[in-house]
Amino acid sequence: MTLTTPAPTTPGTGLRQQVLALYLSNSSLDAAVVAWGAWDGTGATRPTAGDADEPPYATGVEALLDGWRLFQASPLQPPAPGHEYDTSFLKHEFFFEKLVEV
Amino acid sequence: MVAVSTAEQTDPTLAEDLPLLSSPEVARFVAQGALVFEGLVPEEVNATAVEQLEQGAPAVRYGASIPEAFPAGTLGATLIALPRVAGALRSLLGPAPQVDHHAVHVRPPHGGEAQALHADAIIDARRDAFDVQLMYYPRDVTLEMGGTLSVPGTHLRQINESDIGRYHNMLGQTRLTCPAGTVVLLHHGIWHGGRRNDSGTPRYMYKIRFNPTVRQQRWWDVSDLDDPRVAAELDARQPWMEQASGRLEIHNRVLLWRELSGDPTFDIDYWVHRVTNRPGTREEA
Repeated sequence: MTLTTPAPTTPGTGLRQQVLALYLSNSSLDAAVVAWGAWDGTGATRPTAGDADEPPYATGVEALLDGWRLFQASPLQPPAPGHEYDTSFLKHEFFFEKLVEV
Repeated sequence: MVAVSTAEQTDPTLAEDLPLLSSPEVARFVAQGALVFEGLVPEEVNATAVEQLEQGAPAVRYGASIPEAFPAGTLGATLIALPRVAGALRSLLGPAPQVDHHAVHVRPPHGGEAQALHADAIIDARRDAFDVQLMYYPRDVTLEMGGTLSVPGTHLRQINESDIGRYHNMLGQTRLTCPAGTVVLLHHGIWHGGRRNDSGTPRYMYKIRFNPTVRQQRWWDVSDLDDPRVAAELDARQPWMEQASGRLEIHNRVLLWRELSGDPTFDIDYWVHRVTNRPGTREEA
């Protein structure tokens, strides 16, 4: 296998991905948003931890109505035996994208 | 009980007549993972604290007693000697907790990135014990200064350090703003992070983590154990809680309260009784 050094990435024009993660109150897309995160492939914004107290959308469906495209959702998994009452990560994670011309 | 002392000083958590926490206050800590004492530290201490913090945190042996870790005159000794601090530490941890470690956190003006949301140390599976982290803010903290982000009620969730970094914001989160001299006591498991400082003023925070050395049971003022506010505190949901797993949080708080109060029958809305009810044998049924 030949390893080559990739050309430096330069900002150019084309499509860039904006990503939004919404955590909902249950596994239905019309459930209320309880947590969120965002990342901007255009570089225009730099979302980070603790930058807002209000969610960008009240529900997952609101994000769809605003043009976000769902590309991943958490599967529903039963608890492991013996750990039925353990809590850990938020369960109902939905990833959305927008493709933006830059 | 053996008093831990040096020639010059005694552990303040062993003092007589400390102002202990009430049962509703301890219940709030069990439910939210935090207690806030705004402006508790006197101004004369705040005035010199930054100068001490700028010198960093002297090395402290893991597991040191309080008098060993903090000789008289140090900022740590001064803070712990405040009766309300000593009383709260004794109420939550029991007498003579050990010092795990201490650290100075400084966010420079317009500097640094926000920390990813995290819980300190590594995943902690203890269900019947917890550490307490003291956070002290010697100066006013404004929203722009990037006060600590924390999420009330997350402390009983089993996660490992910064695995939750993709959660940028959660409903009900606290972006701490506080007056100088504020002390916050946190359950070790609470999800938190230092926010980006967008102001022109440095932000200082001093942290001490304490480990219990005794079983954490009934060290607070238990004369009001039957106060109805105990159940109300333990039953309070947080806005970030999902519909179903929010119920598990109540269940898990009940189990912790049973440990702390020594009352194996305590319950809220029958959550624990219902799922542990296995009467008799089939032959008897």
